[in-house]
Amino acid sequence: MSAGSTDTAVRTGRITRTALYLVLLLFALFYLLPFAIMVINSVKPLSEITGGNMMALPQDWTFEPWVKAWATAQIGVDPTGLKPYFWNSIKMVVPAVAISTILGALNGYVLTKWRFKYDTLIFGFMLFACFIPFQIVLIPMARILGLAGLAGSTPGLVLVHVVYGLGFTTLYFKNYYQVFPTELVRAAQIDGAGFFRIFWRLLLPSSGPIIVVSVIWQFTNIWNDFLFGASFADFDSQPMTVALNNLVQSSTGVKEYNVHFAGAILAALPTLLVYIVAGRYFVRGLMAGSVKG
Amino acid sequence: MRKFILKTTTTLAAAAVSVSMAHAGDVEVLHWWTSGGEAAALNVLKQDLEGQGTGWNDMPVAGGGGESAMTVLRARVTSGNPPTAVQMLGFDILDWAKEDALADLNAVAVKEGWDDVIPEALQAFAKHDGQWVSAPVNVHSTNWVWANKAVLDANGIAIPANWEEFEAALETLAAAGVTPVAHGGQAWQDATVFDAVAMSAGGPEFYKAAFIDLDEEALGSDTMVESFRRMEVIRGHVDDNFSGRDWNLATAMVINGEAGFQMMGDWAKGEFLNAGKVPGEDFLCFRFPGTEDQVTFNADQFAMFDQGGKVSAEQAALATAILSPSFQSAFNVVKGSVPARTDVSDEAFDACGKQGMKDLAAAAASGNLYGSMAHGHAAPAAVKNAIYDVITAHFNGEYDAATAALELVDAVSIAK
Amino acid sequence: MATPAADADFKTKLQTWVPKLVLSPSLALMLVFVYGFILFSVYLSFTDSRILPSYGWVGFENYDKLFRLRHWDIAVNNLIVFAALYIIICSVIGLMLAIFLDQKIRGESVLRPIFLYPMALSFIVTGTAWKWFLDPGIGLEHTMHLWGWESFHFDWIKNRDYAIYTVVLAAVWQSSGFVMAMFLAGLRGIDNEMLKAAQMDGATNFQLYRRIIIPQLRPAFLSAFVILSHLAIKSYDLVVALTGGGPGRATEVPATFMYSYTFTRNQMGIGASSSVIMLMTIVAIMVPYLYSELREKN
Repeated sequence: MSAGSTDTAVRTGRITRTALYLVLLLFALFYLLPFAIMVINSVKPLSEITGGNMMALPQDWTFEPWVKAWATAQIGVDPTGLKPYFWNSIKMVVPAVAISTILGALNGYVLTKWRFKYDTLIFGFMLFACFIPFQIVLIPMARILGLAGLAGSTPGLVLVHVVYGLGFTTLYFKNYYQVFPTELVRAAQIDGAGFFRIFWRLLLPSSGPIIVVSVIWQFTNIWNDFLFGASFADFDSQPMTVALNNLVQSSTGVKEYNVHFAGAILAALPTLLVYIVAGRYFVRGLMAGSVKG
Repeated sequence: MRKFILKTTTTLAAAAVSVSMAHAGDVEVLHWWTSGGEAAALNVLKQDLEGQGTGWNDMPVAGGGGESAMTVLRARVTSGNPPTAVQMLGFDILDWAKEDALADLNAVAVKEGWDDVIPEALQAFAKHDGQWVSAPVNVHSTNWVWANKAVLDANGIAIPANWEEFEAALETLAAAGVTPVAHGGQAWQDATVFDAVAMSAGGPEFYKAAFIDLDEEALGSDTMVESFRRMEVIRGHVDDNFSGRDWNLATAMVINGEAGFQMMGDWAKGEFLNAGKVPGEDFLCFRFPGTEDQVTFNADQFAMFDQGGKVSAEQAALATAILSPSFQSAFNVVKGSVPARTDVSDEAFDACGKQGMKDLAAAAASGNLYGSMAHGHAAPAAVKNAIYDVITAHFNGEYDAATAALELVDAVSIAK
Repeated sequence: MATPAADADFKTKLQTWVPKLVLSPSLALMLVFVYGFILFSVYLSFTDSRILPSYGWVGFENYDKLFRLRHWDIAVNNLIVFAALYIIICSVIGLMLAIFLDQKIRGESVLRPIFLYPMALSFIVTGTAWKWFLDPGIGLEHTMHLWGWESFHFDWIKNRDYAIYTVVLAAVWQSSGFVMAMFLAGLRGIDNEMLKAAQMDGATNFQLYRRIIIPQLRPAFLSAFVILSHLAIKSYDLVVALTGGGPGRATEVPATFMYSYTFTRNQMGIGASSSVIMLMTIVAIMVPYLYSELREKN
């Protein structure tokens, strides 16, 4: 984002501005409401939830639901809480995001700076892969993971997520590198720099914003995935979403809404954190990447 | 880069192999019992096994009454890495047995004498081609009505003996400003009610012809139209907000006295007991009017998956433990169901449980024990869901009774 | 020993091969895991597969059954309604918020993450909250009644004619912020000098946006369209968490249809045929778009 770009030429009057703020605040309210309901009700005792108003602030603040969701809630036979599953998710998400981002960056680099015949066609093929419905993937994927000896393991899950994230990461990096001056690459080539050296020295240092976009996108999708996590994980590699589902979907007994909400927020914290920490760069990355043709 | 990938893959593959090696001697159990009471009951089994030196690797996948777990199972079997034992229902077990995916438990069954103590109707779902493939945990019966006694007494309602009395009771409650029927508008709940209504309207022969033999004439008959008409009566007596409600929240309405009746399987009893209610004093349980002699059932079982041609020692130990009278009693007291063995003492059970055991034995002896359509014990999953589609569409007002019966014939023929 | 010239020749050759080698693992993964699987699915749709894939050929029987199912009609109609409303509303709200935020708004850095964060949450997480909020018994309607507005009535989620709109509402909530970010990025990329020049010529704000700014956002519209249609087609957990496909089967969409026929109804053949139809629809929409986009860039 260059210094002048937030400066817009459009001028607005006082009344218009008040209206603008009003609309923006209304929408902020709309976006915050569901999450606010979750937070408010996660610090209420159960009796206040079942008996009262969902929007009312708690009369009795309690953090017990949070402790319970994290450490002692019934997920399976043992009351382990979400804690062990949290680490399973981390072990899956970090490598999957890293690998798919690196591959996406390299693909984008090749497709824009080392053009060859049919490269656009190949890109089209990769892009179309984004639209494959996951339902048709499940059975053949299971078979291949089995043959590869990766069934029911974290590496297997990483592979799955890398494969179905590649289309997006390639798209992001390709669009980003498209506007990177090709003359610089040619000049470096003439100076004798090789393929990886140019990537490492020239493109990568300026790729910050688009890396952020790619990481946010992949992290969110992989962290929140349920279908693959449930189907391709073993008892010792089940991710957090599967555990959360077990907590929320249990079919008998009193529904402990406060614990469910606390668990849901816990499961969402890492993605929220990524958005808040990296969000500043997000629009910048989009600006340079996916929306400029 | 490629070298790196190759190297990583090899390392990862090696790691995966070493991980699965470490599992020998343990059982991995896929199930969907994740709520407090169920998990506590299952824990009895876990500790039993651990006492014998067999570790328990827990693989819970909740949701949709086992639907999510069944999807996971398919992926696991396809990948050649099936769990040791899987919680399963009815026709799913037979379907997997047909795929040759299940282990032969005959050796254990003969040693433990299962053939003599498990009712025939249940054996039909635990054996394939004369070969035991799964270990039944319990028998649920689904044609129960649960009622709040105080609400009934206040309105002068006695336990209805037939449909007409039941309908009158609903009217009385509606007039008194109480929600007559607590119901959750989910397809399986609609179908659970329909099971009982159809059994009551047409009797056991009709039920068998329609849902087990899938006879087109029965499916499109006037009796079926009448069953749908009675569903409309029930539909007229639920509250406005029933759609999508979970069954246990509906049960809570009866517990709190907001509603008079709920038609639900015996698992509802656990909710009453957890709320500190006493059977016979605070709440009543009775068979759906007109089905007093019949029991429609479903049974949770643990199917054992083939681990390379033979039954492992762990599977044998697990199967034995599941059918041990002590576990059968301990588990079913908690779960609200009745034991899968007929020779378990009813001492530990409460009034409803004792009656359930008696009813089951009587129904089994007189040939009145039928698999529940709503719970996958009358027809395979495809047909069951096709029937669901029609029942739930009708219950939500898309068809009238006559159209529903016609649609039923059509839906079943597509699914068969 | 190689002469310097031959050495250089080898180096150039290597240089032309390295890029293709780098691309090849990704391409190989795609060929197997996307296109291989699609072919497999197409094949399955002509077989008698039920609980697991099986290879008995049945011709077009599965397609025949599929088109006889009312259930499938409902799912397709719902997707059309849902996708159209969802894409249009998201784009309108996204564009509006982006334009508003672009007016040197104080607190932009606070508002932006608020608009964006729903995209970070999965519906397994927020589904419960939305279900609550929309449920007349405990949610908005109940709260309004408690606050004294007795005649307030909002029961769409329980009404089979309106339930699909609650799915639209929740989906718009989830992704309109993301669309806003894309448009905002587009707006920030527009050359201000041109706008200033137009203003000198006496153009009003409205004209400025209609004539100059919005036409320049075309790439952003197209990117938003791709992302939104991808999300619309795949909306599975949204529907499952919010309505479970109900009331009755009123909010069933093709994604839930495919899932239930393939996995819970043990009719894998019909499930596969529905996914083939879905894929063909996606091809029909996406290929012309991708083609025009990619050709222009060359």
